[in-house]
Amino acid sequence: MIDNHILAPVFVHLFAAIVQLIFWRKTITQRFISVGGSLIGLLVAMRLFNKVHQEGILTMNASDWDAPFGIVFVADLLSVTLVVLTSIAAFAVSIFSSVGLSRQRMLYGYFPIFHFLIMGLHGAFLTGDIFNLYVYFEVIIISSFVLMTLGGRKAQLEGAVKYMAMNILASTFFLTGIGILYGITGTLNMADLSFKIKDVQNQTLVGITSCFFIIGFGIKSAVFPLYYWLPSSYHTPPSAVAATFGGLLTKVGIYAMLRVFSLIFIPDDFIRTLLMVLAVLTILTGAFGALIKTNIRRLFSYLIVCHIGFMMGGIAMFSKIALMGAVFYLIHDIMVKTNMFLIAGVIRQLRGTMDMEKLGGLYKEYPKISLLIALVLFSLVGIPPLSGFWPKIFLFQEAFTQHQYFFVGALIFGSFITLFVIAKMWSKVFWKDVPENVEIEDKFASMELYRKIMMVLPVGILAAATLYIGLNAESIVKISEQIATQLIDTRPYVEAVLGN
Amino acid sequence: MELLLVFVIGLLYAAGVYLILRRSMVKLLLGIMLLGNGTNILIFLLGTITKGKPPVIDEAYKVFQEIYADPIPQALILTAIVISFGLTSFAIVLLKRVYALVDSDDLDDLNTPEEEDL
Repeated sequence: MIDNHILAPVFVHLFAAIVQLIFWRKTITQRFISVGGSLIGLLVAMRLFNKVHQEGILTMNASDWDAPFGIVFVADLLSVTLVVLTSIAAFAVSIFSSVGLSRQRMLYGYFPIFHFLIMGLHGAFLTGDIFNLYVYFEVIIISSFVLMTLGGRKAQLEGAVKYMAMNILASTFFLTGIGILYGITGTLNMADLSFKIKDVQNQTLVGITSCFFIIGFGIKSAVFPLYYWLPSSYHTPPSAVAATFGGLLTKVGIYAMLRVFSLIFIPDDFIRTLLMVLAVLTILTGAFGALIKTNIRRLFSYLIVCHIGFMMGGIAMFSKIALMGAVFYLIHDIMVKTNMFLIAGVIRQLRGTMDMEKLGGLYKEYPKISLLIALVLFSLVGIPPLSGFWPKIFLFQEAFTQHQYFFVGALIFGSFITLFVIAKMWSKVFWKDVPENVEIEDKFASMELYRKIMMVLPVGILAAATLYIGLNAESIVKISEQIATQLIDTRPYVEAVLGN
Repeated sequence: MELLLVFVIGLLYAAGVYLILRRSMVKLLLGIMLLGNGTNILIFLLGTITKGKPPVIDEAYKVFQEIYADPIPQALILTAIVISFGLTSFAIVLLKRVYALVDSDDLDDLNTPEEEDL
């Protein structure tokens, strides 16, 4: 069905960014526009979700060029779910950044660029054209470069060099893959590619092309041998920026992988084995990395890497239940990881440091905030009935059916290490007394009340979303099941784009 | 022509990867640029090069009568060039700034120990 409202979430953020550019250096107005724009974006995204949920896949042909020739935008259930999650995360982050960010950074245009970034994310989720996906990836990375370097501290710029080099390299690989794909099929439309790729005689070349995509998306989503840029850059930007990056950017890589490997390259045995090996190693290295870090944000960065492996494993097994697990985990992960970095920002405000050795006694002073944070930490670890628990059931179940015992082992190990490091963090940050000869620099206590509320409210919003996912798991499972069905059987997608 | 381009692409990719693997920041930058250009020529080549056959339909007919030059790769390359132009200019400014701060061209020196900030 053709519907022009698909692009509404993209346009809301584009418009918000442009209006903010008009109010350059007027940070108070920009804050209001940012929060308001994100709220409108969230409402629009929810409306789109409802529509797609009820009426099925929607499409839109740009400039009315028919599907395989023009650029097409497709809103299927996977896309709109991610659009909604991105909008929730963006809403929370925009509230947090309006108080949690130094005025200096706002003056240099934090808010417009943040909205360009969210626009790029929405576009990447909604497009049905592989070259357009590349363009949106570029929108995302150029915005993220600016956000990462904004402020210009030394550590930040050093992290940004690694981040920039690896991301440009990833884009080059992605573009090379697209070039070869166009050369062998003559189309860029993903639905059209899905059956033209079967007619290609040289299937070895198709296999090699898919490896280009694995490398490109692998760098973006921080998969095992390609993840080193992530822990060495994500701890440098301000927490609001790190929350957007940690929650959303690596997940775009996973989304692109889900899309490309369900629609264009159906994984054969070789690709599955490759993905599975990468998934297991990603979990292991991420977990080992998290064990030795004392800075909270570095620890969370390694946990991102570790948990990317869970989703990769789901893609590698490529069956309905495995994909359900991967999609559910993706839904849970976006909410929780965004929240983790916001929490790191709150802790930084409370204590002036993020080093676990120098922290302590938070529970005694701020019991309510601590309990809120505990809820999020429990969901991350996956204590039933919270959200991290449910997707793992599906992953375990499918791993046992497919006899992927290495993956089962890695899952258990990864979950256990997550539990261990989070417990360690809890006891060191919240229960332990403040170590002697450490001066506390509590900026939070002296803040005005509305600032305090706006600092904690985003954590609360995301925690409520996590709680909803956990307690209302039945409906999320249903949605994941529908998404997984659409990913396995792509006929509805292709029909919606190309007609019969 | 095609064979020549294939060698050029191979050379650009090889040189780009080699330069990225070096430790110097300037070489990193050059490597990124060479890789980008290699990719652009790759897309150009894979659209099959047809000489002197513009994709314009003759007035007497409604469809193409013979083989024609594919306009899409050129549109793709144009987009890719513009994007890589933006990225490269950002990278140049960033690396210049880092060079000024760190006072070294060596990528291995970019490991300032933990520094705390908001």
